[in-house]
Amino acid sequence: MNLDARIPAGPIAEKWSRSKFEMKLVNPANKRKHTVIVVGSGLAGGAAAATLAELGYNVACFCFQDSPRRAHSIAAQGGINAAKNYQNDGDSIHRLFYDTVKGGDFRAREANVHRLAEVSVDIIDQCTAMGVPFAREYGGTLANRSFGGAQVSRTFYARGQTGQQLLLGVYAGLSRQIAAGKVKMFNRTEMLDLVVEDGRAVGIVVRDLVTGKIESHSAHAVVMATGGYGNVFYLSTNAKGCNVTSTYRAYKRGAGFGNPCFTQIHPTCIPVSGDYQSKLTLMSESLRNDGRVWVPKNKADIGKRPDQIPDEDRDYYLERKYPSFGNLSPRDIASRAAKEQCDDGRGVGPGGRGVYLDFRDAIKRDTEDKVREKYGNLFDMYERITGENPYKVPMRIYPAVHYTMGGLWVDYNLQSTIPGLFVLGEANFSDHGANRLGASALMQGLADGYFIIPYTLGNYLAGVNAAQLADPKGAAFKDAETDVKGQIDKLLAIKGKRSVDSFHRELGTLMWEYCGMARNKEGLTAALSKIPELREKFWKDLTVLGGAETLNQSLEKAGRVADFLEFAELMCRDALVREESCGGHYRTEHQVEGEAKRDDDNFCHAAVWEYKGAGNEPARHIEPLSFENVKLATRSYK
Amino acid sequence: MSTMNLTVHVWRQKDARSPGKMVPYKVSGVSEHASFLEMLDVLNEQLIDKGEEPIAFDHDCREGICGMCSLMIDGRPHGGQAGTTTCQLHMRKFKNGDEIYVEPWRAAAFPVLRDLCVDRTAFEKVQQAGGFVTANVGSAPDANSVPIAKEAADRAFEAAACIGCGACVAACPNGSAMLYVAAKLTHLHMLPQGQPERLHRAQAMVNAMDAAGFGNCSNHYECEAACPKDISRDTIALMNRDFTKGTFAHRPRDTKGDGAG
Amino acid sequence: MSWFSSYVRSSIGAKQVMAATGLAMVLFAIVHMLGHLGMFSGQDAYNAYAHFLQTLGGPKWIARGGLLAVFVVHVASAMRLVARNRAARPVAYAVYKPVRSTLMSRTMAMTGLVLLAFIIYHLLHFTLGMVQPEFFHKLDQAGRYDAYSMFVRGFQNVGIFASYLVAILLLSLHLGHGASSWLQSLGLRHPKYSPKLDKLGPAISLILFLGYMAPPTAVLLGLIKLPGA
Repeated sequence: MNLDARIPAGPIAEKWSRSKFEMKLVNPANKRKHTVIVVGSGLAGGAAAATLAELGYNVACFCFQDSPRRAHSIAAQGGINAAKNYQNDGDSIHRLFYDTVKGGDFRAREANVHRLAEVSVDIIDQCTAMGVPFAREYGGTLANRSFGGAQVSRTFYARGQTGQQLLLGVYAGLSRQIAAGKVKMFNRTEMLDLVVEDGRAVGIVVRDLVTGKIESHSAHAVVMATGGYGNVFYLSTNAKGCNVTSTYRAYKRGAGFGNPCFTQIHPTCIPVSGDYQSKLTLMSESLRNDGRVWVPKNKADIGKRPDQIPDEDRDYYLERKYPSFGNLSPRDIASRAAKEQCDDGRGVGPGGRGVYLDFRDAIKRDTEDKVREKYGNLFDMYERITGENPYKVPMRIYPAVHYTMGGLWVDYNLQSTIPGLFVLGEANFSDHGANRLGASALMQGLADGYFIIPYTLGNYLAGVNAAQLADPKGAAFKDAETDVKGQIDKLLAIKGKRSVDSFHRELGTLMWEYCGMARNKEGLTAALSKIPELREKFWKDLTVLGGAETLNQSLEKAGRVADFLEFAELMCRDALVREESCGGHYRTEHQVEGEAKRDDDNFCHAAVWEYKGAGNEPARHIEPLSFENVKLATRSYK
Repeated sequence: MSTMNLTVHVWRQKDARSPGKMVPYKVSGVSEHASFLEMLDVLNEQLIDKGEEPIAFDHDCREGICGMCSLMIDGRPHGGQAGTTTCQLHMRKFKNGDEIYVEPWRAAAFPVLRDLCVDRTAFEKVQQAGGFVTANVGSAPDANSVPIAKEAADRAFEAAACIGCGACVAACPNGSAMLYVAAKLTHLHMLPQGQPERLHRAQAMVNAMDAAGFGNCSNHYECEAACPKDISRDTIALMNRDFTKGTFAHRPRDTKGDGAG
Repeated sequence: MSWFSSYVRSSIGAKQVMAATGLAMVLFAIVHMLGHLGMFSGQDAYNAYAHFLQTLGGPKWIARGGLLAVFVVHVASAMRLVARNRAARPVAYAVYKPVRSTLMSRTMAMTGLVLLAFIIYHLLHFTLGMVQPEFFHKLDQAGRYDAYSMFVRGFQNVGIFASYLVAILLLSLHLGHGASSWLQSLGLRHPKYSPKLDKLGPAISLILFLGYMAPPTAVLLGLIKLPGA
C-alpha cells in the first residue's frame, strides 16, 4: 500500500502556497469535459460540488436525504474556528495550527493542519459573502467566543445553529449550480459501492431509495464526503442515517482506512433515559463557557436536590483538576473526567450516569436574560427533551459518541490510496489526529470543500484524459452492481426473527462497553470474538420485511448495519494494536495518574488498514508522523 | 417511570400511485420520556415482531434541525407544541389511552411517497430559482469590511432559522408555501450581501413557488403558528413588498451577453 | 403588458388584486354607510342627498362602472383563488385543527358568496325597484324621488329587516378579516405599528355593522317614521 503523503517541501508556512503554484491546472475549455462525482452534500461535499461546478467541471452530487440541506453538518451548534484575530487577543495562523496539533494529541499531520489554519480565514470571508448571518457586535463587526482547548476567542457562531447557517450558505451555492445545470443533484440516493477500473476510481453504484433501482454512474474522479461512523455505537449524537457504508465499501475496494479507533466522545450530551433511546442529543460545548461542571463531593448527597447541596459539598472537578483550562478543557479530557466521577459512584440522575452543568453562577453574574440571549435555544431544547427547566435546575449531562477522527487515509492532496478517489471532511482521517477540538469540524469541512479540493482535484484531472470516461455498462460496473444486488437479495432472503434495530442496538452496547471511552486489551479481545458471533446471528436471524424495489427503510438500515458489523471489528483491532493512550483513544493500561500516556517511540504514526478479502485479517501499515514545528510534548491543560 | 398504552391511527400508503388509508395500531409500554419518533420506533418493532411491514417515516438528525421529520399529529404539524419539531416532541405531552392520529403532510406539491414520507422536491426548485447570493468562492472581501448592524443580522438569522420542513405548507388551509419562501427571501433581504439580487430573487422564487403547485396565501397565519422555528408572518409582508417593487420598478435581467473578450 | 398579466396571475399579484379591490369596496362601504346615516336627518336632507347622487350624470356612471369593475374583478379573482387552493390540497386531513386562523378568515369564500347574492338582491331592491315596486320612484313634495320613504317602508317589513341583518353580519365577518388582511397583502407591515393595525379589520367591521344597522333598526323600532306618520 502506497502511503506517500506527498507533503510539499519547504517551511511549513510556505508548503500550501508553493504546492498551489506547483499543481497542474486544467484549462477552462477542458474543465467542462470532465465529470466529477461528489458523494455527500454536507459542508465538505456540498462546498466541493458547488465550487467544482463554479470552476466549470460537470458534477453529479448524491445525498441520501431528500435535500442536500439536511446533511448532518446542519446539526453542529457551537461554531467555527478561524485565525482572524479580530479580538486582538493573540491569535494567529500559527497559534490555531499549534492548538490543533496539540489538541489532536500529536497524531495529525502537521502540514495538513497548517494548511487548515491558513485557509480558515478565507472560510469566514466566503461564508459572510454567501449571506451567513454570523453573530455581530452592535458596531457591525463579527463577534467571537471561546471554545474548548483554546485560550483565545476565535470561534465564529450563529447562535446555537452555526452548522445550519453554514450549510445553508453551502446549499445556496449548490442550488445555484444545480439551476445553472452544472451540478446534477441526486437526492434520496445512497452510494452502495465504489467502482475501480485499472486501479483508478471511476464511478459508483447507487440505490434510488424511492424506487429501489440500482444504478451506476461513471466519472473522471470520485469525491467522497460522507461523514463519520459514530453510529457504530448505535447511540451517538449523529443523525440516524449517518453510516460507514460508503467509506467501508471504498475500503473493501482498496482504500486504506486510517486510525479507525480514533473516536471522539463529547462531554456535554443529554444522558440516556431509557432503552427506547434512539439517539443522544448534544448540548453545545459553548455552554461550558458559562456553565460549571460538578458532582456532589459525598456519595451521601446523591439523590438530593442540587440546590440543597452547598458549594463546599460540590466537587467542581474540572476546575480542580485543570485550573488553567477549567471547564473549557478539551473534549476527551472532560469526557473522561466525567466518566471517572460516575465510576466513582458520584454520578447524578438515572443510573448514576450524569454530571451537573450548572448556570447558577452565570445567571447570578449576568442575569437570566443575558444567559437566555446566549443560549436560549439550547436551554429550550434541553427542557423539551428532559422536561426540566435548566434556568432553575442544573442540566444533567454525560459524554456521548460525537465524532470520528479516523476515516479513509488521504495524502496531502486529499487523495486516498485509490487514485481518483478523494475523501473530504469527517470521512477522511487527516486533520484532527486523536482528538478534535471544538468548532474545528466545520472549519475542516469547508476548508476541504471550498479551498483545497478545487486545486488538488484539478492537479489530478490534468493527468486524466477527458475523452476516456468509463463505461457505466462495462464489466467493473456490472460486477459492482451484481455485488450490491446480491447483498440486498441476501438480506431479504434471511427471513429470520429479529429486527435490524435490535442487532444495531446490541452492536452499539458492545462497542460502548469495550471500545468506548476507556479501552483495554481484555475488553477489546472479548469484543473481537463477540462481534463475529453477532454478525453470524445477524445473517441468520435478521428479518427485513418488504421488497427491494420500493422505499424500504428497514432494507436501507440493514445494509448499513451489515457494514457496521464488519467495520466494528476493524475498529477494535486498531484499538487493540495501538498500545498507548492518546486523545480520544484511552487504554486503561497506559496512564499516569489517570492522564493519558502516549507512546511516541512506538506509535507516533497513523495506522492504515488494508482490506485483504473476506475472512482474512486486514494488514496494518503505518504512515510515520514527524513533528518539526510543534514539539512533541505531553499535553497539559493544568 | 410511567409507561402508556396508546392507539395510533397511521396513514398507510404503499407508494405514490396506490391509494392509502388510516390504519389503527395499538402500541404498548411507551415511556413518557420517549420522543414521538421513538414511540413510532417502538410501534415499528412491535409490527416487525408480528410480521407486518413497519411504517415508513422521514427523520434524520432527531434534534430538531435537519427538517427531515414531518408528521401531522392530531391535526397539527409536528404535534402543535410551540417551537418544536416532531423529533423533539416528547410523549409526556400525551396520556395513557390516548388515540393519536398521524398523517403525512397533505399538499399537491408534496406527493406522498410511502406511508408518512412525502416528496418535498418543490422546495428544492424554489431554492434553486434564486435562494442564493451569486458569489463565487475566492471572490469574497474580508468579512469585517462590510459592517452589518446587529439588528439586521439578528433578523436575517431569525428568518434563516427555517429548516425547510414544510410544516407551513401542511398547516395552511390552502397548502401555500409562502412562509417558507418568505423566510428564504427575508434572510438575504436583511443583509447587504443580498441587496444586488434582491428584487430579481423575489420574482424568481415566487414564480418558482407558483409553478410548483402550492396554494395561495389568504392570510390565515396558520403557518406562523405551526413553524417549529417561530418564523414570523412579517416575512411574508416583506416578500409581498419586494415582489411588488420588483414587478413595478425593476427592469428584468438583461440576458444578452456583454461580448467581453 | 405581458409583465402585468403575469403579475396579476401570480400568487402575490392575485392576492394584491384582492387587497386593492377589497380596499376600494371597503372605502365605498364606508361612504355608503355615512350616506345612509342621513336617514337620521329626516326626509328632506336624505332625499336631497339621494337627488344629488342621482343627478350627477357622467360621474355617476363612471363611479358605477368603476365599482362594477372592481366588484367583478374581486369576485372573479376570488373564485380563481379558491379553485387553486382546493387543488393545492387534493386529499383532506382526517384530523385538522386550525389554531391561528379565525372563523372570519376561514369563511371568506362562503361569506363572500352570500354577500354577492345579497348585493344583487340589494340592487334589485333599491336601485331597480323590483322587490317592492309599489314604493319605488315615488316623488316627495319637492318633486324628488322619495328615497326616504322607500327606505322606511322597506325596513318596516320584518322579513326584509332580517335579511339585511344577516347580510350585514356576514359583511362584518368578511371585513373582519379582509379589512386588515389587505395591509399584509400589500406588504404594509412594521413591527412597531402592526399589532395596532391588526385591529383595523375588526374595528372597521364593528363600525360598519353599527352604522349600517342603525337606520333600519331605528325604522323597525319606530324611531324613524314615514313623514306625517
